[in-house]
Amino acid sequence: MDGDRAALKYLPARLFQGRFNRPRLTSVLLWLAPLIFLLLFYFYPLGSILTVSFARAQGSILTPFIEALRSASIRGVLAFTFWQALLSTLLTLAIGLPGAYLLARYDFRGKSIIKALTGIAFVLPTLVVAAAFNALLGPQGMVNYTLMSAFGLEGPPIHFTNTLTAILIAHMFYNTTIVLRLVGDFWSHLDPRLGQAAEVLGANKWNVMRRITLPLLMPAIASAALLVFIFTFTSFGVILVLGGPQFATLETEIYYQTVSLFNLPLAAVLALIQLVCTLTLTIIYTRLVSGLSRPLSLRPAHITQRKITTWRGRFLAGIVILVLLSLIVAPLFALGFRSISNFERTASATARQGYGTPVWRGFTLDNYRELNINRRGSLFYARPTTTIAVSLGYAGATVVLAILLGLPTAWILSRRRSSFFSRSLDPLLMLPLGTSAVTLGLGFIVALDSPPLDLRASPLLIPLAHTLVAFPFVVRSLTPALHSISPRLREAASVMGAQPLTVFRHVDLPLVARALLVAATFAFTISLGEFGATVLIARPEYPTIPLAIYRLITRPGALNYGQALALSTILMLVAGVGMLAIERFRIADVGEF
Amino acid sequence: MAALSALDIHKRFGETYALKGVSFEVATAETVAVLGPSGCGKSTLLEIIAGLETPDQGDIQWNGSSLSGTPAYRREFGLMFQDFVLFPHKNVYQNVAFGLQMHRLPDDRIEKRVFEVLSLVGLPGFEKRDVNNLSGGEAQRVALARSLAPHPRLLMLDEPLGSLDRNLRERLVVDLRDILRNSQQTALYVTHDQEEAFSLADRVVVMNAGRVEQIDTPQGIYRRPASVFVARFLGLNNLITGTLHRNADEFVVDTPIGRFRLPDDVVRSSAVFNIGMTEFSSGDRTPVTALIRPDAVTLNAEQANVLHGSVQEISFRGSTCRATIHVNGTPLTFDFPASSALPKAGEDVALSFEASQALQIFPEDS
Repeated sequence: MDGDRAALKYLPARLFQGRFNRPRLTSVLLWLAPLIFLLLFYFYPLGSILTVSFARAQGSILTPFIEALRSASIRGVLAFTFWQALLSTLLTLAIGLPGAYLLARYDFRGKSIIKALTGIAFVLPTLVVAAAFNALLGPQGMVNYTLMSAFGLEGPPIHFTNTLTAILIAHMFYNTTIVLRLVGDFWSHLDPRLGQAAEVLGANKWNVMRRITLPLLMPAIASAALLVFIFTFTSFGVILVLGGPQFATLETEIYYQTVSLFNLPLAAVLALIQLVCTLTLTIIYTRLVSGLSRPLSLRPAHITQRKITTWRGRFLAGIVILVLLSLIVAPLFALGFRSISNFERTASATARQGYGTPVWRGFTLDNYRELNINRRGSLFYARPTTTIAVSLGYAGATVVLAILLGLPTAWILSRRRSSFFSRSLDPLLMLPLGTSAVTLGLGFIVALDSPPLDLRASPLLIPLAHTLVAFPFVVRSLTPALHSISPRLREAASVMGAQPLTVFRHVDLPLVARALLVAATFAFTISLGEFGATVLIARPEYPTIPLAIYRLITRPGALNYGQALALSTILMLVAGVGMLAIERFRIADVGEF
Repeated sequence: MAALSALDIHKRFGETYALKGVSFEVATAETVAVLGPSGCGKSTLLEIIAGLETPDQGDIQWNGSSLSGTPAYRREFGLMFQDFVLFPHKNVYQNVAFGLQMHRLPDDRIEKRVFEVLSLVGLPGFEKRDVNNLSGGEAQRVALARSLAPHPRLLMLDEPLGSLDRNLRERLVVDLRDILRNSQQTALYVTHDQEEAFSLADRVVVMNAGRVEQIDTPQGIYRRPASVFVARFLGLNNLITGTLHRNADEFVVDTPIGRFRLPDDVVRSSAVFNIGMTEFSSGDRTPVTALIRPDAVTLNAEQANVLHGSVQEISFRGSTCRATIHVNGTPLTFDFPASSALPKAGEDVALSFEASQALQIFPEDS
């Protein structure tokens, strides 16, 4: 018997299947971890919140939906949610695709800066983005203050906050990096000779783009667009703070209904409508990507990239870089600058209190000093150092959890892509992506604060929620990399007698190390910035940074505004340092491919 | 008249020169092979001719007019890449039709031409096949069909058989030659494989380190390599350093394995002298490298130059046998007809050759 086993080792891996059941058992075990996690922390809370809300429903189970959709205001909310997400996605693609092209195909100075900056923009909590645009274009922002002091005005000339433009620009700011990274990464490994082959066959640049490059990039563009759409579809902080009360999306409406009106049944119905929409989008996305993905022979980026040599190229590249930088840098700079600026308002006789022409009185660290002073004697006061430590701890735990759960999932998904098992479970695993953060938080509160699963006091509660949010991103970043590994490599390793685990360690793992780092970055940054779920489940004495900012920004007054900016600046720096460290680690230790 | 002319092409990438003054011509309906080791700059040369790269210096001309302002897509050249680079999102038909669509041909003519070239390359009925599931040989033929379809003025092939296995390569070389001949295709074929180059090309351009070493017909190159590099590249390894001098009315070359008399034409045709031999006075001694051709030596002492050596090894190679023979401690290899009576390893033998048949001399540093 043992002799037979030994002989089997030298046969191609294909021949094992069905005869040798060890790999299959491993697969099942690998499936179980993420499955149990989702059952406990996704389906159970979701089920709980639905049970609670439908308990009061009369007649058929569909009645609450029909009633909700009959209401003109809910239909308006639904329409606006789609409309702003669509506009945001198109605008983000419009600015992201030229940038992705530039980053993918050219090697130029300042490239890593653009990557890092857009990455930092992405990790900032929506609240910080909102604060940053507020610091740039808001009524107390840099631009308005500069114009006011230059022309002696007593009111802000530019009305930016509480407009659709503000929402769209903040969404572009926030999501451009998704296009840059997903599309740019794929593009940088796309064989440029495909374009050259087309060119020699008579295709001009436009035809090469339209008929070769774009179709080949479609999976990457589609997945980036869909991520941006789902992101903006369930966007919370930006709409809440920059949009103001006249713009309501499903997400903010769920929040209002839950927190302000305690109308849980309606909140649940809205959450379910949102879930159906995003799930549909996710299924479309999955079908789209699996239909479009091809075994491309990817090339190392250093082969596909070249220097910009023509002046026309330099000019166009300059414009793209300038637009990207001003979109990203201007608000961040304004945030930092405004947080250390001392403005004094010289009120004229007619002006109301707190109004008047602002005059710049130099730099001050008052806003930062105030963070350590508990003026109101608030019970839930937390020092910023504690807040930062709490946030970093949660983020670290989230990275570990998300990778531990995401890696086996991605591995299975990439190996058994065509099986019924995989095709039906793939969108299921992506469900948390389509579930709003507010709904997740609410589910945790309803389900996890009483036996059998009482986690109210557990420090793991927030990392678990953050892992749920980060999980789809981790899986999405890992699966394509694992999938792109030629099965022949695995077969080669198997034929040489390697066990499945050994194959994974020596073949798959080194090849996906880069994707793994991207995934870890996602998990880390999502955790640092997560707000919607955290706002509902965090223990008040241990607030995360976004939570502390939210507390400050919701209180009126120039002092709170200044403190919010100061704390936002700190979060921006913490996230930026983390991001740069990962970026640096990646270049230093893992060479590309 | 030359269809394609490459004139003094220079190209530098950073500090390294890829091409250092390359010139050659391709005549209409001619197949020219660019032969050289990897890294000699031949792929860069193709990219420059295709218009995908611009030369730092020099010009590419078609029928005497410069192509320097013409982008790749207007040159009407075809280029077949080493690993084919088929469009993975298109099927076989769409790949082959691409160039025709770019030239805005009507659909019915595109269809006619696609079917025509697919049967020309021996793949009729492959139209709907997915290019990602083709075998190496099939992908090679589809790539060839794709480059041939728009009737390119010049077809360039960059190591088109390089990624295929040996058997397939030998069969496809023959097919490829027939296709190029039958369609009167002007072609430029880049390879590092001399057998491929010799069996396909009308003329061969041998390149080394960004320069042209020799341009001649395959026979001409094999008969008369222009430099030590070319001789080595062709596997002619009996290269012995020596000194050339004039002894009364004749030239002689002194080597560690003996003194050989050289006929005037051997000396004149070599690259040793750029000046007339009359100016070479009897006192001058010039260092040279002498080549003894492995197939022009007989196993007897009947010809003018005689060598004595001991046989180290005999290996059977089909129609010939290759013998490694030490002459004065210098290992030399020779090919003898397999049918002749052969010595055994360890035996001492006498060899002889005619200098005009077997001997060639090169400047020492070439």
